[in-house]
Amino acid sequence: MELLDNLILGFTTASTLWNLLFCLIGVLLGTLIGVLPGIGATATIAMLLPITFQIGDPVSALIMLAGVYYGAQYGGSTTAILINMPGESSSAVTAIDGYQMARSGRAGAALATAAIGSFFAGTVSTFLIALFAIPLTVVALKFGAAEFVSLMVVGLVSSVALAHGSVVKAMGMVVLGLLLGLVGTDVISGAPRFNLGIREYADGLNFVAVAVGVFGIAEMLRNLENEHDRSVLIRKVHGLLPTREDFRRMAAPILRGTALGSVLGILPGAGAILGSFASYTVEKRLSNHPEEFGKGAIEGVAGPESANNAGAQTSFIPMLTLGIPTNPVMALMAGAMIIQGIVPGPNVATEQPSLFWGIIASMWIGNLLLIVLNLPLIGLWVKLLTVPYYILFPIIMAFCSIGVYSVNSNVYDLYVVAFFGIFGYALMKMRCEPAPLLLGFVLGPLLEENLRRAMILSKGDPMTFITRPISATLLVLAAAVLVIVFLPAVKKKRAEVFVEESA
Amino acid sequence: MKKLLAAFAAATMLALASGAQAQTYPDRPITVVVPFAAGGPTDTVTRLVAEAMSKDLGQQIVVENVGGAGGTLGAARVAKAEPDGYTLLLHHIGMATSATLYRKLPYDTLQAFDYVGLVTDVPMTIVARKDFEPADIKSLLDYVKANKDNVTLANAGIGAASHLCGMMFMSAIQTPLVTVPYKGTGPAMTDLLGGQVDIMCDQTTNTTKQIKAGTIKAYAVTSPKRLDVLPDLPTAEEAGLAGFQVGIWHGIYAPKGTPAEITERLSKSLQLALKDANVAARFAELGTAPSTDAEATPAALKTKLESEIARWKPVIEAAGQFAD
Repeated sequence: MELLDNLILGFTTASTLWNLLFCLIGVLLGTLIGVLPGIGATATIAMLLPITFQIGDPVSALIMLAGVYYGAQYGGSTTAILINMPGESSSAVTAIDGYQMARSGRAGAALATAAIGSFFAGTVSTFLIALFAIPLTVVALKFGAAEFVSLMVVGLVSSVALAHGSVVKAMGMVVLGLLLGLVGTDVISGAPRFNLGIREYADGLNFVAVAVGVFGIAEMLRNLENEHDRSVLIRKVHGLLPTREDFRRMAAPILRGTALGSVLGILPGAGAILGSFASYTVEKRLSNHPEEFGKGAIEGVAGPESANNAGAQTSFIPMLTLGIPTNPVMALMAGAMIIQGIVPGPNVATEQPSLFWGIIASMWIGNLLLIVLNLPLIGLWVKLLTVPYYILFPIIMAFCSIGVYSVNSNVYDLYVVAFFGIFGYALMKMRCEPAPLLLGFVLGPLLEENLRRAMILSKGDPMTFITRPISATLLVLAAAVLVIVFLPAVKKKRAEVFVEESA
Repeated sequence: MKKLLAAFAAATMLALASGAQAQTYPDRPITVVVPFAAGGPTDTVTRLVAEAMSKDLGQQIVVENVGGAGGTLGAARVAKAEPDGYTLLLHHIGMATSATLYRKLPYDTLQAFDYVGLVTDVPMTIVARKDFEPADIKSLLDYVKANKDNVTLANAGIGAASHLCGMMFMSAIQTPLVTVPYKGTGPAMTDLLGGQVDIMCDQTTNTTKQIKAGTIKAYAVTSPKRLDVLPDLPTAEEAGLAGFQVGIWHGIYAPKGTPAEITERLSKSLQLALKDANVAARFAELGTAPSTDAEATPAALKTKLESEIARWKPVIEAAGQFAD
């Protein structure tokens, strides 16, 4: 049993007192900083990178940084639920129903659901990594430009399900998001596009800035409208823990979310966000009460949060098995490894078995620590909502600004926050939802870039999307989703949903 | 948080200290701007060197990532900074190439900076997917010339090291190839590993591990001498590509007007840092070497920058690719 030996090696490495301590410090720091609005995992790890110099042992340093990563991810979900302020692209989905649960006084249940879902997903994906890291890598490598295009098509077609209002408006938001995603330098030709001649936007608009604006700032503006609404936030907080009924309803979404998130997390680029969006779509489709989605459906928190955490873990796979970072957080981890004298590459697992398996084992330990730490903290986080708005809002604004600025030290990112805050408020007034906009914003540039790359590689032959088996399968899937959306029965069901959404 | 504290400290100090005295320099933390995202190769080089330099200078060196627009945002930030030796820039070859790649820069590359010294010169490697036909560099050149419409050349986007090296390669063999740009080295390397593209020219910092693991095929290194970490890999010049030398050289700059005593002090500290055992060991693992004492000087960096601007200008203009 080589696997068993490896796992034992991993757990003995990760559970030395010293490494447990660093794991604890990591998840604690990650949670604390991640819970500050607008500050996500990337900014948190970047800030803590210098500390790794002071830690002699590379295993301890990486265990701590990995802890910061899921701690921050967890903290990011907390702000998404409590104040509608996602710190990462993947928690944007959690904000949809999580925040509605919080508004109706069920913040505790939402946070507990997120914690339980994350823990379950973390456990499963840890074992997935241990068992299948290497075969999964082979699958990920089969994903070329054409496959990504087809995957994005599936994502965009499914995104209509995100809407709980008008489908036309949702489509409009997706398209607007796609267009906003095109701001910046064209990857293929190098030509600057739609950046209004401002060099600071040469690399596009900052996702966190846009998300904080359209979700968080817009929501704050809305809350300031009148006394009556403002008190909604702080009124009735009942039941910190989920009820028996909640547990029954969250079980299946957690399972499905974990599966979706694990698979999509391996793919470079948009893995984590696709996982949580896909999970939300699936849950809404399968639910017996889709009308609750967007108004505080517990499945809408359980599924995406599990997917999000599973994806966060499996996104380690390409870094650990190929030495290739698939997102900014993994790039930071790779940098930290080099600083510690370990160059990430395909041989890390064989050259540094205790590091490789130690990190994998520490993922599970980290998740365990997180749930132990956070379940008791839920009461404290919920209490934050009772802080008067005239104290809470300025603090949120300050932290948002620091968080957004700290990523690139770019003051123009703050202008984006301000603009999209007002823009998001206007969207809210027009009953347009921000989630499809964000999905379009993330997928747009990826779709365009991969479409053009696929065409370059196939020398302009569009058949490449059909002749490549994975790509063809995904396109069939997209067509199936389209058919389902337009089937009369489903359409009727949708119609009912929209009628109810009139309040 | 750290940046905020540093900014606060800097503001307070600026208010207090009217005349900066070089003899007490440095008496507060120094900020080194890296014009790229945290975690990348340049960031890693900077953090390693900064850590070693801070030991000698007796002050903390704070690394600040000001990424964007091919490194020109960070360079612009430093160009406008107070020339007091407390704000520095660590930039790579992009400092020279952006002078041509960008037709509208908010600073004059040759006029806006003073120089501290060269840090390292990272060699590039010509690599391919592992099942690519040609067996060695000589047959690669023949193959590429014969199949120019079918050979795909990956790069990590306009201005990236792989883009520059690819341009130089095509210019050296006088053959245009099908160029496939990516957003960063990660996705480009993934597609090379997956066999989706044919060849790439990238820094040893990104390729050494893959070459050693046999996941990609290596043809040549672009340095004047063979590398210790990859002793079997011939140089491009050995293969008959005369003058085909590309290195991602890194240098430390200060805003124009920084007192000479300060740049000299920093240069001495840089030379010491480059002899630090940790720095040398990490550099070696990445397939690069620290600059010598003669290279880690203001004059050597100035000469390098001037000659590299002149060298790349015609190559970039001939390729007709600009970033604005």
